[in-house]
Amino acid sequence: MGITAIAFYLFAFTAITSGFLVVLARNPVHSVLWLILTFFSAAGLFVLMGAEYVAMLLAIVYVGAVAVLFLFVVMMLDVDFVELKSGISKYMPLGLLIGAVLLMELGLVFGHWNFAEDAQNLRAAVAPNMAETHNTLALGKLIYTDYIYMFQASGMILLVAMIGAIVLTLRHRKDVKRQVIADQILRDPKDAMELKDVKSGQGL
Amino acid sequence: MAEFFSSNLGIFLIIVGQCLLLTAFVMISLLVLVYADRKIWAAVQMRRGPNVVGPWGILQTVADAAKYVFKEIVIPAGADKTVFLLAPLVGFILSIISWAVIPFSENLVLANLNVAVLYIFAVSSLEVYGVIMGGWASNSKYPFLGALRSAAQMISYEVSIGFIIVGVILSTGSLSLVDIVMAQKGDYGFFSWYWLPHFPMVFLFFISALAETNRPPFDLPEAESELVAGYQVEYSSTPFLLYMAGEYIAIWLMCALTSILFFGGWLSPIPGLPDSPLWLVGKMCFFFFLFAMVKAIVPRFRYDQLMRLGWKVFLPMSLGWIVLVAFFAQYGTFGGTYARWVVGG
Repeated sequence: MGITAIAFYLFAFTAITSGFLVVLARNPVHSVLWLILTFFSAAGLFVLMGAEYVAMLLAIVYVGAVAVLFLFVVMMLDVDFVELKSGISKYMPLGLLIGAVLLMELGLVFGHWNFAEDAQNLRAAVAPNMAETHNTLALGKLIYTDYIYMFQASGMILLVAMIGAIVLTLRHRKDVKRQVIADQILRDPKDAMELKDVKSGQGL
Repeated sequence: MAEFFSSNLGIFLIIVGQCLLLTAFVMISLLVLVYADRKIWAAVQMRRGPNVVGPWGILQTVADAAKYVFKEIVIPAGADKTVFLLAPLVGFILSIISWAVIPFSENLVLANLNVAVLYIFAVSSLEVYGVIMGGWASNSKYPFLGALRSAAQMISYEVSIGFIIVGVILSTGSLSLVDIVMAQKGDYGFFSWYWLPHFPMVFLFFISALAETNRPPFDLPEAESELVAGYQVEYSSTPFLLYMAGEYIAIWLMCALTSILFFGGWLSPIPGLPDSPLWLVGKMCFFFFLFAMVKAIVPRFRYDQLMRLGWKVFLPMSLGWIVLVAFFAQYGTFGGTYARWVVGG
């Protein structure tokens, strides 16, 4: 067994174990931490496949941004752990039911999975020659040259989603005092203050 | 002998040796940095700074480190013990592993990844976990507030650091740090480096680096007037030492990154003089001096001002700059100084 195989089993085992622990952990913050470990092992698997660019993006986007936001939200939840533990018998049947239905559906789907006959050939055709390119370059060519219109379209969708989110949450309050940096910078000592010569014992 | 070092075990031993060498470099520079930091602030405030332990107080850092190690580790009663002890380790280890891709010369680099920039970016975006986990696991209000502040701050400035780096990457056409430095090699020495074409971004990068490493004037996570000491209130002894060391290593990394991205890494500033890793160390020391001076002379920002600066000033500026650089690079304006592509193109 080579080093690659050992690394693969290590990452795969960590990914699956921590994936289970995400669900099993009682404390939601621990769940998120296990989720981070899952992402991390997935990134490791990508590196083993030679897709280091995707691995790094997975670490940056999912671990560095998405999971931080998860953690942010979960940490600020006011969770009552006693109540959380007592509810388990109540929700167990429903949870099991949903799990069983999902498992059955997945089984049905995979049982009737049909591969297109030339699927393997198609997969081989996309891969560029790794001797003269590396996967950042290859991905860049693919996304920004071959599929530029798709890329632009998905960019538009994201933009619309972003504007929608801002419109839904923006609540501009008029009753608070705001800092206008430009006004502060443009202030002149000449307009802002006045020097007075105060005679002693008289005041102004 | 040569045969042994080309076997699997030999290669493994060589890599371990290289790792140890690099770690030793980082740790020794850490000792010097903390001392230098304190001496520089002292000089600015007309004090003497550490001057008792060893000649000129040089061994003060060693004494402090030994003191921390021998103190008792206090774990708060309500703390989440595992996460509490894991957090400083995460912070320290993450800040040290990003050094694996820093090139000291064309061949003197532990791992010349072709995604080195992304690697550093990924690791530095993970560093925030050390802070959040520590703040949450302490199970106390001030550390928690400090951790939330710090997380928001680090995420915000990572965005602008990322965009600034994209400009440099566009000019180089590669994500490898060695390629980025080699692209800055030119006939004019100092003036062929990226600081000139990417001039405004150098300042933005430096300021973002200050904010990213929680250095003053952006040290709001540990603003002692409001939050006691931020996320590390409950930490003592070695865990505290790890946090502290991790912070300084991250600063030192940012100095290295500034020198590599904008100031030609190990290249010599004067044409004719040989390139050497010493140039890189010299440049890093210069930027560290700037870091220390900023701490000594700039008052602390307020939190909303910090966020405003990050999202409303730096983000639009760096985004606009990317568009500009993309155009300059594509059409080869300014004699192709924005398009020093080594591969593809």
